[in-house]
Amino acid sequence: MRIAVPIKRVPDTETRFTIAADGKSVDSAGLKYDMSDFDGYAVEVALRLAETHEGSEVTVISVGPDAVQETIRKALSMGAARGIQLKAADVLFDGFAIAQALAAELKEGNYDLILFGRNATDSANGVVGTMTAELLGLPCVSAISELHIDGTSGTARRELEGAAEIVEFPLPAVLTIDEGIARPRLPGLKGIMAAKKKPIEVREAALGRANVVIEKMALPPERAAGRIVGEGADAVPELVRLLQNEAKVL
Amino acid sequence: MADMLAFAEARGGELRKVALETVTAARQAADATGGGAVAALLIGAPGIGAHAAELGAVGADRVLVVEHQALANCLPEVFAATAAKLIGDGGFRAAFFSASAEGRDLAPRVAAKLKVSMAADVTSFAFDGDAMTATHPVYIGKAIVTERLTGAPAVVSLRPGAIDVTESPKGGTVEAMAPAMDPASARVRVKETVEQKGAALDLGEAPVIVSGGRGLRAAENFKLVEDLAAAFGNAAVGATRAVTDDGWRPATDQIGQTGRMVNPDLYVAVGISGAVQHLAGMRTSRVIVAINKDKDAPIFKIADYGIVGDLFEVVPRLTEEIRRAKGR
Ligand SMILES: Cc1cc2nc3c(=O)[nH]c(=O)nc-3n(C[C@H](O)[C@H](O)[C@H](O)COP(=O)(O)OP(=O)(O)OC[C@H]3O[C@@H](n4cnc5c(N)ncnc54)[C@H](O)[C@@H]3O)c2cc1C
Ligand SMILES: Nc1ncnc2c1ncn2[C@@H]1O[C@H](COP(=O)(O)O)[C@@H](O)[C@H]1O
Repeated sequence: MRIAVPIKRVPDTETRFTIAADGKSVDSAGLKYDMSDFDGYAVEVALRLAETHEGSEVTVISVGPDAVQETIRKALSMGAARGIQLKAADVLFDGFAIAQALAAELKEGNYDLILFGRNATDSANGVVGTMTAELLGLPCVSAISELHIDGTSGTARRELEGAAEIVEFPLPAVLTIDEGIARPRLPGLKGIMAAKKKPIEVREAALGRANVVIEKMALPPERAAGRIVGEGADAVPELVRLLQNEAKVL
Repeated sequence: MADMLAFAEARGGELRKVALETVTAARQAADATGGGAVAALLIGAPGIGAHAAELGAVGADRVLVVEHQALANCLPEVFAATAAKLIGDGGFRAAFFSASAEGRDLAPRVAAKLKVSMAADVTSFAFDGDAMTATHPVYIGKAIVTERLTGAPAVVSLRPGAIDVTESPKGGTVEAMAPAMDPASARVRVKETVEQKGAALDLGEAPVIVSGGRGLRAAENFKLVEDLAAAFGNAAVGATRAVTDDGWRPATDQIGQTGRMVNPDLYVAVGISGAVQHLAGMRTSRVIVAINKDKDAPIFKIADYGIVGDLFEVVPRLTEEIRRAKGR
């Protein structure tokens, strides 16, 4: 099976998060970057499929400046066979512009499966996968939490609010990966060494025009400081009184 | 004057609350841009059109009803093709979907078919000449962007719960339509729909969420959380990833960065430390209560009310007091 996984390099905002002086982006000074969470899941799903389907090859693709090679390298050290950088000075916020660049690359690749993350942790848009599928005219199942591939077709589970759907689809297909399927493996030393010799092809990204742009980025409104009502079960009546009379949520 | 379209989501023959939210948003958009007409698109099995009046009540002038035996479940290819055709032909200024599981899937497909960009998971919006501006939480809710979307139609998905449903009685006149694609030719098919057991209230819609973390120590102790949720009467049960990873609760209960984003009136965190990835999913809750034995747990930093103590003593007492307060 030929499997492609578009992966995005995103800031790791766990430790540090400040808005840049331009008021519309994250201050990158001192930030660490990593593969977007769900893209890590998607790479893991691809690798597991490749391990159980002889003759498979996993290709990872990232749109962005040269720094994305670091993220591609991480996927290669996890076990992907090759990487493609679609070179772009900036990573546009407009998912449709990114989808156009990915579709242009993917349409010649003859892939059986293209696995996206459900959404990128930075943009939180969740649009690039389904848009790319449309541009390629491929069947698509989004936000899947289980997957079985059987020859030329597959079955996936999709969580809805309060229910789930089991859907069937033919290959080739585009899937976007949600929580529940797989946690990404950590690259081992052997993988890291092997990745150094794996190829990364570099091409210009054929980005579409950006029709959605960020005008402003702000921190969410601060929560008013809360308080400790008390210790142990004896504090419960006071808590209930506050919920009733002050917060008015009962 | 600009006409607006709202996708009215239904499941199991019933409208979902988000359907009223998208129609309300479309009504507000039409009124703010000179009072154009609002069309709601309602797709489902025969009989679904009976809900048109509910959509009229919140501002739909027209309800475009597509009924087909094979469309009881969402077939994304058919739904997206039908929506794209109607939106493209109808000269709409904007099309509103919900950023629900179904809407998140459909809206980008429709935008790509129409060759336009879209604004996803929007919490508020305004029209500004040829552009639309919208707010949208990014970086797992650590920041909010104001984005500017140009091009028409503007395809938008609205964060569930972000729009307050408002009455605005309009005609709700039914116009029957045919699907733009034969459902029999859909490549992706729904084989089975699994209802979650015990999920009477969905996390996205419950006014109260009682959530449990590793502090509960074992799956069977979730009974404490369930009993508290039952005492509230309008509560759903959530969990941290530590808990869903251990299989104490289904993965669908997970709240946070890689789980559900929730926004209830009241969120009760029981034995939850408050990792950033968990906070990402619940920090916008109106009131947060935390019960944790560690007074330095990060959850207390964002909780409005906290009790420091052993959950095995505090929670049963709380259940009792809530029952009493609710007169049960
Ligand atoms: C990429 C990534 C994505 C993630 N996504 C998510 C996500 O979506 N959602 C999520 O929740 N997590 C997520 N996590 C995991 C997250 O980092 C934390 O590990 C997790 O939230 C911790 O769960 P917890 O609070 O239940 O457990 P712990 O952190 O172990 O906290 C347990 C708490 O219970 C308290 N406690 C123990 N006993 C008692 C008692 N008897 N009475 C009262 N209190 C008690 C302790 O003081 C402690 O604070 C993610 C992690 C990564 C790396
Ligand atoms: N710059 C990029 N390069 C490669 N893949 C991307 C890029 N941006 C988004 N993707 C893919 O599209 C998914 C959804 O992104 P988004 O629509 O921005 O939430 C991500 O999880 C990735 O799989």
